[in-house]
Amino acid sequence: MSSTVNLLVTTSPFLKDRANTAWIMWQVTLSLVPVALLAAWYFGLGVLLIIAVTIAGAALPEWLQARMQAKPPVVSPLRDGSAVLTGLLLALTLPPGIPLWMAFLGGLVAVLIGKTVFGGIGANAFNPALVGRAFLQAAFPATLTTWRPAGGLSDLTTIPATLFSVPFLRSGVDGVTAATPLSQMKFGGELPEWIDLAKGAVPGSTGETGAILILLCGLYLVTRGILKWRIPVAIICTVWLAGTGLHALDPSYADGWFHLSAGGLMLGAWYMATDPVTSPMTQAGCWVFGVLIGLLVVVIRVFGGLPEGVMYAILFLNACTPLINRVTQPRTFGTRFKPGFTR
Amino acid sequence: MSWASARTFRHGVHPGDFKELTRNLPVERVAFPDVLTLPLSQHLGAPSVPVVSPGDCVRRGQLIADSGGYVSSRLHAPCSGTVRSVGPAHHASGKLVDAITIDRDRASAQKLQAMRPGDWRTQSREEIVAQVAAGGFVGLGGAAFPTHVKLTPPEGKHARFFIVNAAECEPYLNSDYRILLERTDAVIEGIKVLLKALGSEKAFVGTEDNKADAATLLRERLPPDLPVEVLVFETKYPQGAEKMLIDAVLHREVPAGRLPIDAHVVVNNVGTVAGIGNMYLRGEPLIERVVTVTGPGIRDPRNLLVPVGTSLQHVIDHCGGIHPETRQILFGGPMMGQAQRFLDVPVMKGTSGILFLTDQEVVERQEYACIKCLRCVDACPVYLNPSRLGALAKSRLYEDMLDHHIMNCMECASCSFVCPSNIPLVQRFRVAKGLLKEQAARERAREVAT
Repeated sequence: MSSTVNLLVTTSPFLKDRANTAWIMWQVTLSLVPVALLAAWYFGLGVLLIIAVTIAGAALPEWLQARMQAKPPVVSPLRDGSAVLTGLLLALTLPPGIPLWMAFLGGLVAVLIGKTVFGGIGANAFNPALVGRAFLQAAFPATLTTWRPAGGLSDLTTIPATLFSVPFLRSGVDGVTAATPLSQMKFGGELPEWIDLAKGAVPGSTGETGAILILLCGLYLVTRGILKWRIPVAIICTVWLAGTGLHALDPSYADGWFHLSAGGLMLGAWYMATDPVTSPMTQAGCWVFGVLIGLLVVVIRVFGGLPEGVMYAILFLNACTPLINRVTQPRTFGTRFKPGFTR
Repeated sequence: MSWASARTFRHGVHPGDFKELTRNLPVERVAFPDVLTLPLSQHLGAPSVPVVSPGDCVRRGQLIADSGGYVSSRLHAPCSGTVRSVGPAHHASGKLVDAITIDRDRASAQKLQAMRPGDWRTQSREEIVAQVAAGGFVGLGGAAFPTHVKLTPPEGKHARFFIVNAAECEPYLNSDYRILLERTDAVIEGIKVLLKALGSEKAFVGTEDNKADAATLLRERLPPDLPVEVLVFETKYPQGAEKMLIDAVLHREVPAGRLPIDAHVVVNNVGTVAGIGNMYLRGEPLIERVVTVTGPGIRDPRNLLVPVGTSLQHVIDHCGGIHPETRQILFGGPMMGQAQRFLDVPVMKGTSGILFLTDQEVVERQEYACIKCLRCVDACPVYLNPSRLGALAKSRLYEDMLDHHIMNCMECASCSFVCPSNIPLVQRFRVAKGLLKEQAARERAREVAT
């Protein structure tokens, strides 16, 4: 051949979008940085410790898996960022006074039970971060419902002693406790203004307060074309409509704005329910998934025994995802006709 | 722009257009090569049948191969010279295919032996279609489907509308754009001819908003009494796919598994239309075409007028050679083009561009697990579930893929383009469709036998 060039023959396409799995995961992680910083502002720098430890716990099974596999993966599963993201998301759902060893254990369980045993990334049925959170809530119910009031600049560097408690030993001091807006709603008490809720200066999990900021971070991901945007839109619309409807029927129920800005709703809607692996693979399915989560959240919050329902609503719908996929397969192009134009 | 982009088809992808490399370069004629290789299969359908033998002298424009059937096409000599051989030669598909090789007569002035197509205004529809067949016209957008077949709707069907496809949605390519700008008269003549040939009530020219200036020029030059509308759509891939363009123009879905004529439409590429116009204006059969030669791997990107049969090597030499880090040479665009192994493959009627990619542009092929991100579902212009189909294909459950409408896939590669896990979706679908088609053919043959 006249050719001296060594030509590579492959099949089309010869162009790729820049988004690969790792890029997506790191983008989502990056978008949560402001949320983590806000949490540190409200609840002190201890939050950052919790985050670091949870991520370490989440990364451990991935690292071990890569080490123990007979055929090591070409790229370490740590590099795709999904374990870091899981750890970060879990940390943001934990109360700011949680002992660090519990946070570590939560991260470990999240990835090990939530993902690795299913076969790793892409194969898990339930959102790993929420699996970790559900585990902690079942194992340490008291700790997981002990909240601290949001602070500010003055106690930025105060790290609560509870963080350093040792496993199986009763921690002496329980610090200052406060009730979350949702438990106030459930068990009676003065509800805060929703605008304070939206800004996040209320007791709650580290990263779930600050609805407005989470909304903005989620919108950033939408502009990057990463998020399954139909899910948060469906959840938010449903929760608002259901909350407002109930409030209209009986004003003693909290209204839609309260439901939207309280608890883990925003974090759940933008970051947990949109976990690609455990949410539907069809466009219509995403709408159905979001609407059902929204309804379930309001039902649990208003009529259930728990103050917060976002976690269980999402986990329950994760379980329904295969079914939703099955009944919402897209119709293919060329099967809808305008009358008079066919044949 | 005063012309707002019209509503287009749903889904699709935005790969970036990379057209700047050659966008503003006028088409220039490449020097006649010393040797031309004309594959007898450079269109869809039966191969052409040679009507010349080795040693015969041919003149530029002379018929050298006749149609090998109804769905087939004629070939004409792109230059004057002597037939050297008729036999196997490298083909852009990677196969060896019979081809006519012509040695150029270096003393010849390469004057065209013009056809005499007559005046279409006085011709019947059948006569015009016969002229198009005589000129050897095929779709110049890439698929190279014989044009006269498209212009002959089956019994009882009628093309109410005629669409000129000037979308050119493949990144990098500018041949259709340059034709719109530089051969506006031929385009308009072609539209008139085809309106008459099809008996259509209205014609549309569909293009994208990165070619809005060409659309404006065409609007200005169109005679006011001609029922033609020029539509500018959002730049989006695959806007130029026939069914997508029909959806954009007429808001009408071509029934799955059927042809545009079933939606009362015929679509032709703008290059084909200009070629037919050119035949009636100058008597030139389809012997040369506009080719965009571009990409980071070629020294001087150009828009070239290339005689059919010119070798890839000749084009490279004309464009100053390739950079040492060139790793892939494609016929066609980056989304649906074909990678080449040999530099002696000839430019064919369907070669709209030649793209040179370097190491930097070679895409990563390490495959990761599907994370069910929905991006392929959001991209698929024919509303399939590529993720699901990909999983079935990987498990070789090809028959199950039929239930998920795999045969409606047009292999546009949008799914593979967006997949963050580098899953070779469309690549697997091609294999699956090929095997399913073979199987169907075998079953039909068995039924006929019994």
